[in-house]
Amino acid sequence: MDYEKLGLKMGLEVHQQLDTNQKLFSPCKCQLTDKKPELKITRKLRPTQSELGKIDRAAFEESRRKLQFIYESYDYDTCLVEADEEPPHPLNLEALDVSLVISTLLNMQVVDEFHTMRKQVIDGSNTGGFQRTGLVATDGYVDTPHGIVAIENLCLEEDAARRIGEKKGRAIFRLDRLGIPLVEITTDPSIKKPEQVKDVAYQLGQILRSTRVKRGLGTIRQDLNISISEGARVEIKGVQDLDLMPTMVENEVKRQINLLEIKDELEKRNAQVHDEIYDVSEIFQKSESKIIERALSQKGVIMAVKLGGFIGLIGREIQPGRRLGTELAGYAKKMGVSGIFHTDELPSYGISQEEVEAVLKFMDASEGDAFILVADQEEKARNALIEVQRRAKTALRGVPEETRKALDDGNTEYLRPLPTASRMYVETDIPTTRIPREYLEEIKSNLPELPDAKKKRIMETYNLTDDIATSLVKQDKAGDFEKIMEEVKDINPVVPASNLAYTFKELRREGCDIGKVDVDVLIEIYSYVADDTIPAQSTPTIIRDACTGLTPAESIKKHGLKKLGEEEVEGIIDDLIGSNETLITERGMAAIGSLMGMAMKKLKGKADGKLVNRLIKEKLIKLVDDR
Amino acid sequence: MTYKGICKEFLESCGLSIGDRVSIIKKDIKYKGMILNRAEATDDKHLVLKLDNGYNIGVDITDAQVELLETGEKPKIELPPLDVERDPGKMDISIISTGGTVASIIDYKTGAVHPAFTADDLLRANPELVEQANIQGKAVLNILSENMTPDYWVKTARSIAQEINQGADGVVLAHGTDTMHYTSAALSFIMDTPIPVIVTGAQRSSDRPSSDAFLNLTSSVTAAKSDIAEVLVCMHATMDDTYTHLHLGTKVRKMHTSRRDTFRSVNTEPLARILDGELEILDETFSYNQRSEGEVELQDSLEEKVAFIKSYPGIGADAINYYIDRGFKGMVIEGTGLGHCPEELLPTLARARDEEIPVVMSSQCLYGRINMNVYSTGRKLLEAGVIPAQDMLPETAYVKLVWVLGQTQNLDEVTGMMQTNLKGEIRNISSQKYFLI
Repeated sequence: MDYEKLGLKMGLEVHQQLDTNQKLFSPCKCQLTDKKPELKITRKLRPTQSELGKIDRAAFEESRRKLQFIYESYDYDTCLVEADEEPPHPLNLEALDVSLVISTLLNMQVVDEFHTMRKQVIDGSNTGGFQRTGLVATDGYVDTPHGIVAIENLCLEEDAARRIGEKKGRAIFRLDRLGIPLVEITTDPSIKKPEQVKDVAYQLGQILRSTRVKRGLGTIRQDLNISISEGARVEIKGVQDLDLMPTMVENEVKRQINLLEIKDELEKRNAQVHDEIYDVSEIFQKSESKIIERALSQKGVIMAVKLGGFIGLIGREIQPGRRLGTELAGYAKKMGVSGIFHTDELPSYGISQEEVEAVLKFMDASEGDAFILVADQEEKARNALIEVQRRAKTALRGVPEETRKALDDGNTEYLRPLPTASRMYVETDIPTTRIPREYLEEIKSNLPELPDAKKKRIMETYNLTDDIATSLVKQDKAGDFEKIMEEVKDINPVVPASNLAYTFKELRREGCDIGKVDVDVLIEIYSYVADDTIPAQSTPTIIRDACTGLTPAESIKKHGLKKLGEEEVEGIIDDLIGSNETLITERGMAAIGSLMGMAMKKLKGKADGKLVNRLIKEKLIKLVDDR
Repeated sequence: MTYKGICKEFLESCGLSIGDRVSIIKKDIKYKGMILNRAEATDDKHLVLKLDNGYNIGVDITDAQVELLETGEKPKIELPPLDVERDPGKMDISIISTGGTVASIIDYKTGAVHPAFTADDLLRANPELVEQANIQGKAVLNILSENMTPDYWVKTARSIAQEINQGADGVVLAHGTDTMHYTSAALSFIMDTPIPVIVTGAQRSSDRPSSDAFLNLTSSVTAAKSDIAEVLVCMHATMDDTYTHLHLGTKVRKMHTSRRDTFRSVNTEPLARILDGELEILDETFSYNQRSEGEVELQDSLEEKVAFIKSYPGIGADAINYYIDRGFKGMVIEGTGLGHCPEELLPTLARARDEEIPVVMSSQCLYGRINMNVYSTGRKLLEAGVIPAQDMLPETAYVKLVWVLGQTQNLDEVTGMMQTNLKGEIRNISSQKYFLI
């Protein structure tokens, strides 16, 4: 695809949890828990009205779902602040500090005074109905191989509650994650190549990891803003896999192009979305469709809307394996229905051709008209079809602005409308925090080493190859490496470096529990190498054993890894020479290679190669001379 | 304008005012946004700017230059009238506000929160109310409830009486929560209401989506439509947004600084529960007054010079003498345990009796009944003429004394009235159920 011609523009939004002792506005620990909740709290949220009676679009839709929320809370892991039963405590200055370090590393301008805002979010993920957030810095940049990318904003905010599931239409959230400090970093929408998005994400990740941030699954989340000239801005939430980013971009661009083509086709056909919602339950009284049968037996209804001139287009693929119908279904599902039927896929799912024709006749359809069918309780079905109509109407105009969710296969699905800008107001419970310029100077003079600088430094200091050093930094092992080098004198740096850079990766692939091997165990292992107790090449074996809980001493004993004394080695070589007399007679000094190979095989690394080589050489010379 | 010092001078010298869109240029950065008011008065160097992305920041203006982009318009909060027609099939409920906000409207442009007082505002924020009743709205005061005074109780009572006498079927009083239980007790004594008078409020302000105001308000309207002609407090019963409790105005107290379910009935059970618009009586032992026709008369003369004193280890006689010397007409002591205070205070309390100043003894235990016969100090206090408050809450005893002294200052009559149950404030039986509920 010619992205440049299409006018592709992308921006990245990275959310990274900080590794602080307490939450942003509560004294609770920043840790998730798998314990059974000690209390469940049932709540409802209502969008607050704005001055003009205008309610935020995204917020309004959530409220239409009339969802109640259940919050799982704990006696000590969470407290009344998370439950929205106590006002927030003052801003966690430790978190502000980390955010200032990150801002400085991103060459940003820090605000003079930090104000906490309330960003209205009424999907239940925040007990208060808003997320607390504040702007820390603006106007920075990050350097990538494809050029400089501007960083617009860095905000310090609360993480949301963790969605655990849904029960009887009520979303269940756990309060453990709510309030963990995170930074939100937003680039400007100037990225034009999919590979560069990946670069920026990678670069940001590297910078973040050099500061006090949380590690591991779910502690960093990336959102992608993407648009093409004729299309619309779409925000893709939760892009986990950096390698998937180019695919995701490609699929989204495809989707927008296809939606634009559909729009043109609809225009040509003079297509129309009719406002009427038909109750067609009568037609389906004897239906063989299981879904329809179930809905009717539960006092539900079958409702339909007419999409004039849409025939054939609802089934048109717009992303690999996803159709316009999938988009319509995405909107309907937000109203709590499990799905929709559309004309392009019927007759099927137990719905007969007669029934299809009856519905078309019922709604007085003409040639080329399509319908969407929903089977559920009346209110839900009606709301779902209103949403379908709304989405179908935007199909006539092109690509709607949306927030979409990243799927594992590189596709995306509809999540909610893009939030409108007007949902921010000041958090009156938190005093403002002045950030003195002298303090920023202090932060500037104590910045952590960035990955690139670190790589260069360890390469030079320890005489490592680029590949090993890059690996160490990338895998965040440079710290462990340097600690080992500090603690263990007389070790060849390449030994721990290659173990950390490669051995661990291999062991993890094999399924070993490398979490059990901490730096102290490694120091013990390398001490044995340093004092010549074991050969360097036996370290992977000991590390593998350590994954199962074996101590280095136990492992050495188990595999007999201890180096042999010179006398023992000599004895073995004597035996070898004795049993290979023919070879020596035939080849003379040239037998050294074969003998060396046999000796090393026999010694299984328990002796230094140099020593073995020396001994064989000495003995051979003597033997040949004797002869 | 709330700016002062450097900021004020800066704005004045640049001819700028709040609401103006400006561009502020500093050494390394340029901000564009709208000038907002500053809530905190402690700082005079930082201008509050609302950026285009919605965020507020404080900009140190000591080294800044400013450029006016657009003069701000004064925010207009003129909303079209709602024109809700009165439905003769529905009851007429008046919602009276004393301040704080049961409903509010946010101006996202500036981030300002406007309290909603009028019926229209209330209905705009809570459209469901239209289905419940014909709503009338009125603001009688605009104060924080910690600033409440006995004078304001009277003002509020008169305003409620006016609604009743003009035909309201029920009254909901929106009140700050801090002193809500004082007001509910005061209204209980001041009026024999023929219709429900429901006092309610919010622990989470109504400008946030999680506010408890909505459930409290709609439940209060349900209660106001019931046949319980009493002054009641209606607030969240639990931390859930599922149901509220109705508490008798004289036997309720704020028991938590911040939780939604802060209001608890003390030495009795909650009178009723309101769940999904249905009222269910919980305390069958209390025979409340039934709704009746007719006007209400107020007995609203109060004696404001009543002291409310907590006893504590080390309290000296001075603490009591101070009030006697200043001509206070009565005092309520929040004593320890069964109703005690240090023996050292006895001569001073005897002095109060000699000067015809009633002294009422309540307990800081809150739960349980005063009994001054068990220990010698108690008996000596009784001898000194101290009046036991029985199982009344200290706050209720205080409010009651303010009211009783407004009716009579005869010590014997005061003693008699203080020990007689007038508005459900005294129960004869201490049930084993009445603790920590």
